Parts: sequence; structure tokens; C-alpha cells
Amino acid sequence: MDLSVTLRGQRRDLNLKNPVLTASGTFGSGLEYTPFGNLGDLGGIVVKGISLLPREGNPYPRIAETTAGMLNAIGLQNDGVEKFLNEKLPLLPFSETAILANLYATSPEEFGELAGIFNEVEGIAALEVNVSCPNVRHGGAQFGQDAKLAAEVTARVREMAPDKHIMVKLSPNVTDIREIARSVEAAGADSISCINTLLGMAVNARTRRPMLANIVGGLSGPAIKPVALRCVWQVASAVRIPVIGIGGICCVDDIIEFLLCGAQAVQIGTANFMHPRAAFELAANLPAALEEYGFTSAADACGKIELPQ
Amino acid sequence: MLSVLDLVPFGQTAHGPRFYALRLSHPQWAEWHPGQFLMLRPQSFGLEIPWGRPLCICHLTTRHLICFFEVKGRGTERMANLSPGDNVEAWGPLGNWFDMETEKPTLIVAGGMGIAPFVGYVNRHPKPWNMTMLFGHRQPLGCYPVDSINEHIPVDSLREDKEGDLDNFIFSIQERMRDCAEQEGLTLACGPEPFLRTVQKFALEFGSRCQLSLEKRMACGVGACLGCVTKTRDGRLLQTCWHGSIFDADKIII
Repeated sequence: MDLSVTLRGQRRDLNLKNPVLTASGTFGSGLEYTPFGNLGDLGGIVVKGISLLPREGNPYPRIAETTAGMLNAIGLQNDGVEKFLNEKLPLLPFSETAILANLYATSPEEFGELAGIFNEVEGIAALEVNVSCPNVRHGGAQFGQDAKLAAEVTARVREMAPDKHIMVKLSPNVTDIREIARSVEAAGADSISCINTLLGMAVNARTRRPMLANIVGGLSGPAIKPVALRCVWQVASAVRIPVIGIGGICCVDDIIEFLLCGAQAVQIGTANFMHPRAAFELAANLPAALEEYGFTSAADACGKIELPQ
Repeated sequence: MLSVLDLVPFGQTAHGPRFYALRLSHPQWAEWHPGQFLMLRPQSFGLEIPWGRPLCICHLTTRHLICFFEVKGRGTERMANLSPGDNVEAWGPLGNWFDMETEKPTLIVAGGMGIAPFVGYVNRHPKPWNMTMLFGHRQPLGCYPVDSINEHIPVDSLREDKEGDLDNFIFSIQERMRDCAEQEGLTLACGPEPFLRTVQKFALEFGSRCQLSLEKRMACGVGACLGCVTKTRDGRLLQTCWHGSIFDADKIII
């Protein structure tokens, strides 16, 4: 079965050998997972969020397990763009599989500067713009929660990275995700990935303390899948550009559900923590599942949800 | 995927803490070293309990893998219900390991559950007469796998069950670490964080070579989630699962 997918952007397309990518922040740079599978078998790897300069991130504890999910408030710890380009990217199989850089910045200007750097990097297939990370005070959430700001960031990245496919990752922590989606589409986004984590909180009854030093964090995992499906369905109905579904995918049926709701590809997140071979196994098992449900390709399943009359 | 061979309760009382030795089928790893850990995720965790549980490798024989755990929360609670034949996902061996300097005097200092990695260590060590061990614990000795260590080296154990016991334990740690430092020996420690802080304090005071095994909240165990970070004295945040879980006492902030 042909699993390849072309995400047709407004300006740049993105070719994927299959629709299974790994979500930013859940797969390191990719190299952490080389003992567990062949990175080249994945449709793409979205690397951990990268900023211009190294960031230390939030204090420990930064993660907490919840029922069917987890909270994280890592705070975008990363070594900065220079170290990534010099030390990590050369080791990734960028000629075999799409490597997407996830961009984190605190102003449209900084987003633009970062995008300009990546525009020149051959091994990067696309840029995923993180307008939605809820973890850093004064951080990305403000862009993703405001249609105008989200559009401004998108336009700046588009302008500074004309040669790259621009994917904008949306936050579910908004009143109407369709409004933000239309806005970033109008600003030049080639595709939209959704959803990022839902803002949440966990408390220990015995110690009376929050489970995270940051108090609040982003909820991910199987618990958020219904929210993610709803968002993907709404966004796919609202825009013409491709949608990439993210949120609690743990099995191939989950992938197909996202495809039915209008996603053209998916990202695997928390499942990578549940089992380090999860993404590899999902990519390997997808063709049989698609065939079982009567589809001839991944693209064939896209948007085929049957709604009540 | 490994299968459960058996689950043996250790020294349990009706209302006390519950300790178990979990014996699993052989993982067929090419190699492993005492001090390393593995991530264990029973199938019974389903979607409800997403993370595997990091467990130190107590011992790996030619036939099976042994882990030791205490029931602490919902994950270990479910692990306590494992039955022979149940399947568990396991990935490892993970992390670095304790140094083994066979010609040098080696002092092992363990607190409570921190005894577990030393079962494999003393079994592997070719010159057990160079090792001594100090073990501090709150529960009766029968709750811990002390016998498997006692076969190889003498274990001096101190139980904390009344006021003053902890001070005695700390004093003993101090004395033994001072002796070890004077002989230019190696000190290895595993146990709860306040205990490790005490060991670290003496290591810095005596300038002794000392390695600490840290326990942190982990999601992936492979360096990706950045949840389990430890701060170094030069200001870096390192993944405990990948750069540790064993750290030189003079390199980190606990």
C-alpha cells in the first residue's frame, strides 16, 4: 500500500513517506530513539522545540502522571539553534525522512530570525511554529490565543523562510480554534498541526501541593484524544490547507479516526513515553489497518467521516 | 516483552509497607552493569497509567531478571497484582552504572530501598573482601533483600525506630566515609534524597570519591522527555535517566 502523503501547502509542499510523525518534545532530537527503531521508517520527526539561545527550562518537578495522561511544564529546555545544527542534525537521517524544526520564540522578530536561520538549512524539511506552548510565562500561549498575533508570527516566519514548508501548531486553549486556523492560513501557513497540550493542573491531596513546580502544565496523552479529534474536525472544515492531527494517539485505530476527521498526517506524542517503539510500530502497522477498514491509501481515508444526515 | 516468573512478598505485615521481589524472564541483553535501571510497564497499566516505572536492576542471573519495589502509588499497586505468566513491557538496561574498582576499598552506603542495586553489585564484584556495607532502614530487616548481600559481604545494619537512631546512623556514615576516604577508597550510595544529601556532605568534607544513585520522576527513561533533570554544580540540567542515574557526588546539586 502506498502510504506516502504530500501536504500541499500554499507556497511549499511537504512530502512524507508515510503519515506518521513524532510530536515535538516527545521524541527528543530523534537520536534518543535510535536503539528502538529505524528513524528512517518514520514519516517525519518534529524535534524538540528550539530557540535562538539555550534555555534552562522550569524547575523540577516538571512532569506529573495523571489518569490516561500526563502534565508537563518543561519550559522549553533546549541547547539553542546553533548546537542543534552543529551536533544533532548531522546525525539525523534527513535524506530518508522529513525532519521538522519546532520553533520557539518570544516575539515575532525572534520567530523571524530563527526562521531565517532554518531557511538556509538543507536538512530541515519544514518548520513547525509553536504559537501555542502554554508552559512559559510570557511565552507562546499569547500568540496562539490571539488570531492577530498568531497571524503576525506566521507572516513573519513565512517571510523569513520562503523556501520551507511552514506548519503552525495550534493551541486548544482558545474559544474558537477555527478563527485562529483561518487567521494563520490567511497569513501564509502551509499546514496546521493541532492540538498542542491542554492547560491543566494536578494536586497531591496528602501533601496539599501541586504536582508541578510550575503549578500548571500542559496535559497530553489518551485523555485528550476526544478534544483533539474535535479540533482537527473543526479546523479541517474551516481551512483549505492540510491538517496534521495530534493528541493521545496510541493505536492504529486512533490514527484512522484522525484521518477520518480530516487529518492528512498525524503526530505521535505521549505514546512514545508509554513505549519507546510506539511510533515505529504504528507506522509499520498502519497499512494493514487501512486495508482492513477498506481504504486504498492513507490519503483515501482523509475526511471520510460519515456524518448523520 | 518479558513475562513474570513470580512475585515474592518481603517481610510484609497486615498494615505495614509492602515490598516485593519481582522475577522476570531473561531479557537477553547483550550486557548490563550494576546500578543500571529499566523501565517496566505491565500490560495491565492499559491506557490509564501511561508511564512505565523506573526500577533499578536488582540482579540479572543467567536465568532471570530480579527487580525489587515497594508499593508507593497506583503504578506499583498494580505491579503488586502481577501473576506468573503476565506480560510486561520492559526497556533497558538504561543509564550509567557504579564504578567497580576491584583493588580499592569500597564502602557501600544504602538507605531503605536503596539496597536493591547492590545485590547485583556485590554478586559481580570479583574481590568481595574489599567491600563493606552500611545499611540504614526503617522497616524490619526481613523487608529487604539483605540475605543476597550477606552471602558475599558483611552488612552492618542500623534500624531507625526510635529517637536518636537517625543520629547514630548519620554518625556511622560519617565515621565509615572518613575511614574510606583515608584509604583512598570508593563510596557508593543509594537511597532517599535526604540520605543522599548527607552522604554528599561528607563526601565533600572528606574529599572522598563518591557516587550517588538518584531517583527522579521519569516518563520515558531514554532522555527525551526532559522530566527527570538534575542540576550540576556548573549550572547544567542533565537528564537523570541518560546522564545518570549515577552521579559523582561532587558534580551535582541535590
